[in-house]
Amino acid sequence: MLSYALRRIAGIVPTLLVIVTFSFAIVRLAPGGPFDQEQPLAAPVRANLERLYGLDQPLPVQYLRYLGALLHGDFGPSLSQRDFTVRELIGQGLPLSATLGVCAIALALLIGIPAGVLAAVWRSRRTDFSLAALTALGIALPSFVVGPSLALVFGVWLRWLPVAGWEGGAPRYLVLPLVTLALPVAAYLARLTRGSLLEVLRAPFVRAARARGLGGPRVLLRHALRPALLPVVSYLGPAIAFIITGSLVVESVFALPGTGRFLVQGAIDRDYPLVMGMVVVYGALTLALNLLADLAYGWLDPGARHE
Amino acid sequence: MNEDATAARGLWSDAARRLKSNHLVVAALAVLALITLLAVAAPLLTPWAYDTLDWRHLAQPPALAAGHWFGTDRLGRDLFARTLSGVRLSLLISVLASAVSLAIGVLWGAVAGFAGGRTDGWMMRFVDVLYSLPYLFVVIILTSLFPRDNVAVLLLALGAVGWLTTARIVRAQTLALKRREFIEAARALGVTPTAILLRHVVPNVLGPVAVYATLIVPQMILSESFLSFLGLGVQEPRASLGNLIYVGAQEMESAPWMLLLPATFLVALLLCLNLLGDGLRDAFDPHER
Repeated sequence: MLSYALRRIAGIVPTLLVIVTFSFAIVRLAPGGPFDQEQPLAAPVRANLERLYGLDQPLPVQYLRYLGALLHGDFGPSLSQRDFTVRELIGQGLPLSATLGVCAIALALLIGIPAGVLAAVWRSRRTDFSLAALTALGIALPSFVVGPSLALVFGVWLRWLPVAGWEGGAPRYLVLPLVTLALPVAAYLARLTRGSLLEVLRAPFVRAARARGLGGPRVLLRHALRPALLPVVSYLGPAIAFIITGSLVVESVFALPGTGRFLVQGAIDRDYPLVMGMVVVYGALTLALNLLADLAYGWLDPGARHE
Repeated sequence: MNEDATAARGLWSDAARRLKSNHLVVAALAVLALITLLAVAAPLLTPWAYDTLDWRHLAQPPALAAGHWFGTDRLGRDLFARTLSGVRLSLLISVLASAVSLAIGVLWGAVAGFAGGRTDGWMMRFVDVLYSLPYLFVVIILTSLFPRDNVAVLLLALGAVGWLTTARIVRAQTLALKRREFIEAARALGVTPTAILLRHVVPNVLGPVAVYATLIVPQMILSESFLSFLGLGVQEPRASLGNLIYVGAQEMESAPWMLLLPATFLVALLLCLNLLGDGLRDAFDPHER
């Protein structure tokens, strides 16, 4: 297990380096600079600005400087919000975004797995069919439709919950964003759990357990559920990427001060350091969380370690 | 069983039979056809274009009398015309982007699988790296590089990032094909590797890819609307389902129809395309069910 873990961790480093290099190259070589405005800046002003931010150096020098600074956790100054460094901006938003993401994953697991188990147990009954319809809907509904619709129904029409905002983290303000984020993942988890549980329930060892006289719930929970959850664990990696992407929309719909808006606004403003910082942070985050999901999988299924 | 059960049944007739017996898929196909027809015929059905301003009807709710069946937005633009023009644009972008991504994916996967060895290793490592980033992040980077009101840039960016899964599927298929006798025969006859690749490998991997392709289109619609919703895709005054939903979400307290109508069309499109894709997969490969 330890050598498996070390191999996986070592595999991440080159990927991360490639991501950093890639984002640096793409964003830096792009047409359209950060100082392009409708009214062009006077040449000396522009030259001064470029010298200040090191943009007048040859690209390899800029790249090495960027790498060196990254090692210190320094992403450079933001070009669109002149008073802040990228690190400050991301640091402001990250706690909220991370809380939102972790809670959404937890909520999705809490809804999705039991729903999938129920659908498998009551296979081909009305519960199963209505759950199948709900999951199909949950998967097909994009977050930017679910979010505003929930806000419209529960915020504007019923007035049960606030439409948007944050208010320093009052739980009422997080209900709708969390549901929006968690819904598609929960739907997918339910479908996944149902399918793999049905497969496991047909396996010989389950029949053997039944033959030995073990009752239904016991076989289900003690014997069948654990192997059935393996595909669920391997879906956690993609689910994390999904939640991160979804948070861009959710933070915009519900006006939450997370990190998502920095990527979007940074892309619109061509704020290179901000976009690169976001890509590196989220890339590293995705890689690390995928690694955790992989390790959990290797722990549950020893066969996977020798792949 | 009647007597023509003994007649030869090919893959296609078998699949068509299974597809027809799946009522959900038939219904999805009918709804899709209806929406597409509406979208194409919309300019004939309404006097308004997507950007015509009607100053006498600003932010009107849907009403038959004024001729604005879906109501109007704040600038007096007809939402029926805008929504269906959005459907048209979304369908166009997503179908073309799917074609781009399929072309790249098939070539990349076939070359990697056919070449094997170190080339294969590097090509697939590249795919792994791109896979490790959330897909839309890469698209956002790409769209941020080019002028934003350009539909071609948008669809190329979507296609340029969406080919990863296709490449993996095709590579696996190619690896299996490579060892088959007819490839060996072609090689023994002195056919060049390029010709083998294009004439023998690629046509043979297209079957599974065609089924997967029906699932790419809804993904592309989703990605396009997602970007347009965030303001990185289709730009005003042009309408896309994504930017219509964005405006609708801003106005929903006073004008909920601006949100609900485009959202309904988007959800119907996605749901039907997903059902169709799943149905096709089941029809061609009943074991997967």
